Amino acid sequence: MSDEQTFLDTLQARNEARGDEPTWIAARRQAGAARFEAVGFPHKRVEAWKYTDVRAIARGEFRLADSADFSPATAAALTLPIEALRLTFVDGVFSRALSDLNTLPSGVTIEPLSHALEANHEAVGGALGRLAGVDFSPFTALNTAFAEEGAVIRLAPGTVVETPIIIQFLSRANEAPVMSHPRVLIEAGGRSEATVIEHHAGESGATNFTNLVSEVMLDRSAILSYYKLQEAPVGDLHIASLHVEQGRDSRFTSFNLNLGGALVRNDIIDDLNAEGAETQYNGLFFVRDRQHVDNHTLVNHNAPRTYSNENYKGILDGRARGVFNGKVMVKRDSQQIEAYQNNANLLLSDRAEIDTKPELEIYADDVKCSHGATTGQLDEDAIYALRTRGIDNQMARGLLTLAFAGEVMDQVTLDVIAERVELAVAGKLPERFNLTGLVETASALGEK
Amino acid sequence: MASEEMEQLVRREYTQGFVTDIESDTVPPGLDESTIAFISEKKGEPEWMLEWRLEAYHQWLKMTTPSWAHLNYPPIDYQAISYYSAPKKPEDRPQSLDEVDPKLLETYEKLGIPLHERAALAGVAVDAVFDSVSVTTTFKEQLAEAGVIFCSISEAIRDYPELVKQYLGSVVPQGDNFFAALNSAVFTDGSFVYVPEGVTCPMELSTYFRINAANTGQFERTLIICEKQAQVSYLEGCTAPMRDENQLHAAVVELVALDDAKIKYSTVQNWYPGDEDGKGGIYNFVTKRGDCRGDRSHISWTQVETGSAITWKYPSCMLRGKDSIGEFYSVAVTNGRQQADTGTKMIHIGENTRSTIVSKGISAGRANQSYRGLVKVGPRAKNARNFTQCDSLLIGDTCGAHTYPYQEIGNSSSIVEHEATTSKIGEDQLFYCQSRGISEEDAVNMIVNGFCKDVFQELPMEFAVEAEALLNVTLEGAVG
Repeated sequence: MSDEQTFLDTLQARNEARGDEPTWIAARRQAGAARFEAVGFPHKRVEAWKYTDVRAIARGEFRLADSADFSPATAAALTLPIEALRLTFVDGVFSRALSDLNTLPSGVTIEPLSHALEANHEAVGGALGRLAGVDFSPFTALNTAFAEEGAVIRLAPGTVVETPIIIQFLSRANEAPVMSHPRVLIEAGGRSEATVIEHHAGESGATNFTNLVSEVMLDRSAILSYYKLQEAPVGDLHIASLHVEQGRDSRFTSFNLNLGGALVRNDIIDDLNAEGAETQYNGLFFVRDRQHVDNHTLVNHNAPRTYSNENYKGILDGRARGVFNGKVMVKRDSQQIEAYQNNANLLLSDRAEIDTKPELEIYADDVKCSHGATTGQLDEDAIYALRTRGIDNQMARGLLTLAFAGEVMDQVTLDVIAERVELAVAGKLPERFNLTGLVETASALGEK
Repeated sequence: MASEEMEQLVRREYTQGFVTDIESDTVPPGLDESTIAFISEKKGEPEWMLEWRLEAYHQWLKMTTPSWAHLNYPPIDYQAISYYSAPKKPEDRPQSLDEVDPKLLETYEKLGIPLHERAALAGVAVDAVFDSVSVTTTFKEQLAEAGVIFCSISEAIRDYPELVKQYLGSVVPQGDNFFAALNSAVFTDGSFVYVPEGVTCPMELSTYFRINAANTGQFERTLIICEKQAQVSYLEGCTAPMRDENQLHAAVVELVALDDAKIKYSTVQNWYPGDEDGKGGIYNFVTKRGDCRGDRSHISWTQVETGSAITWKYPSCMLRGKDSIGEFYSVAVTNGRQQADTGTKMIHIGENTRSTIVSKGISAGRANQSYRGLVKVGPRAKNARNFTQCDSLLIGDTCGAHTYPYQEIGNSSSIVEHEATTSKIGEDQLFYCQSRGISEEDAVNMIVNGFCKDVFQELPMEFAVEAEALLNVTLEGAVG
């Protein structure tokens, strides 16, 4: 039996168990399944998957979770300790107990996809799948075939939400691995403002497969900060694509922070469709052992006077492997564009590998575009300079690694996220030392 | 500048387009084992060479045309191409310039390359390739004195079979890629250089390529071997007559540098780019690779690419020896409907290997240009170092410039840097020059030449002058 068939069989069983659903959903599911069956899992001869081997997923046998039970104590430890509007999914199943949506500000809708479909499926139907077509990747097709749960967030025009909105995905250490195919749908109305946090965490022994597809639409002058904090268990397999569409004068800021997972692939695609649209991509990953993280980003400058800036950093230790592929596409007649891209990687081990490809594809002439990519190690001179000032070798290395991450982390305005990442980066360093001391020293240095 | 004037300049036809009428000894179009046998026999090759070619042919049959490049061209009918064409009576080849057909000399005159003068004045040995067969080689004796072998690959197969057997295909194997396999099966001529241990070649070696007979693909095979502590600088330059049908060119160049050897390979390529609708023009699919086999060896590629309708070319370095160095300096200019997908590969295998890549792309008219490069650092390449700079200049709003740099780094002691920019000629720069009485055209030339300076200064003197002139001609009036 082919790898794909295993998934298609699970799908068929699921479809049979499902009750009646609107025809459009069934049709889209069908289209997703047909596409997935036609193309199958990607392999290394496909350019977009050249460096990422998904056989661990293709050959896996994953069932679908049917409950959202999760130890409250563990959940409390994993949950970001901030006041937030919260939607929680356990292995893809909505958990009412771990969600907090009691005090929704006016103009804000936050609900699980299953509820949204039940209440008014036609309102969801128009947006769902508009940006993430089934032909984007075999995983999008697979997700579409299984899609039934996820988050729907709508901001009415002019709504400014101060409290962050957290979409939390928890992974359980099940007896047998499970898979989930969540969808996230965000529609930010004109002049609305919000911060959304997509947070992945779980029990340490988990070996589940998450296949997430997110679609984000920013109307005129909307401002959205989108954090992804991926701290999934190191056995988890994680595929995600984030599709963004921006209207006139809108501003999108993405933070793509990856620490966990055995095999991680993130795709971010942003269409800047009207003048004045601006996007900022910030990315950081820290991997060790045999972790594999692949970040593919794409900015489409489809309109004149649009702006993009990208800064991705990778820190690799052990036998980890990192992949970065950043592409900037400037369409014909998209004049007066500014597009900048920077990718820097720090290799802490001889067995780690980084494959990076910053691409520019430009069809207009009045543009300012640049990209840079570097790979290197900690500067021995800088270590020496610190040591002459009485800081020991380990502390010096830790500080410099944190400083390397700092360029990206300084953009993070949510302290709780910054601290988590910084502690993880420092804490996972090969030589362990006084973490709190280090972070304190680092932040004290920063304050000076 | 008035826009009509500009239009005129942009539309200016290829000044070096002309056809020399020399009867060709050509095989009918088509490719099968008998064509290869015909070529091999015509060249008087030994049995092993024919076998080598057939082996390549059989591998080629199983391969498909690569489609990953950012190029758009109709499929090539390989059966519609004639694979052999030689000037009449190859057995009566002229032994000196005096014996060369005056028409051929006339051709060189039109090209602005007075062969005899140039050869004498510049001290350059010229192995002129005219329609696939070497017609004259100069300075052979001087080179022989130094022990340097510089001859056509056909002569090398005949006279130095052991060297050819040892090195041919050792850098670019027969089945390396589609075009290399095709070349291996049907190559008709090219140059062979062997510099013995400790010898610095007393002069710069040069080959001028010409493509002449219509419908004839030209398949050059160049092999340069530098023994320990030897040095050579090789110049390759080419122009072609104007033709309506696409002409296929699939060359293979192999360089081998042993311990402490240094090879410098410079190219100026100005083949017919096609007319303003992109009709005609040369298809240039080239495989160039240097093997820094020895410790402290050094291979440097410099190229100025202004011609061809399609350019598919990635001169590469395999840095195997410890402390070996690879360099790639490139200026590529595309105008009209030209398309170029070019770049380099630097494969760091040995310790302390270093590589530098400087690529300058200029795109005008409706042209598209891509830089495609790979820097790979293996786990054993401790302290490897790479610096890459690739800049694109866009002239006009209908052209495209693209960058696809791959980096595969598997070693924590290496440092790899890549930076790229894309922009147009600044209005303020032009204004600055013009306000000082410099015409717009001169200002553009100055800015473009300044943009390319890092590469031009790597070219041998006489080539640099030619390259600058070529660039100005190609781009005249393309800016407004």
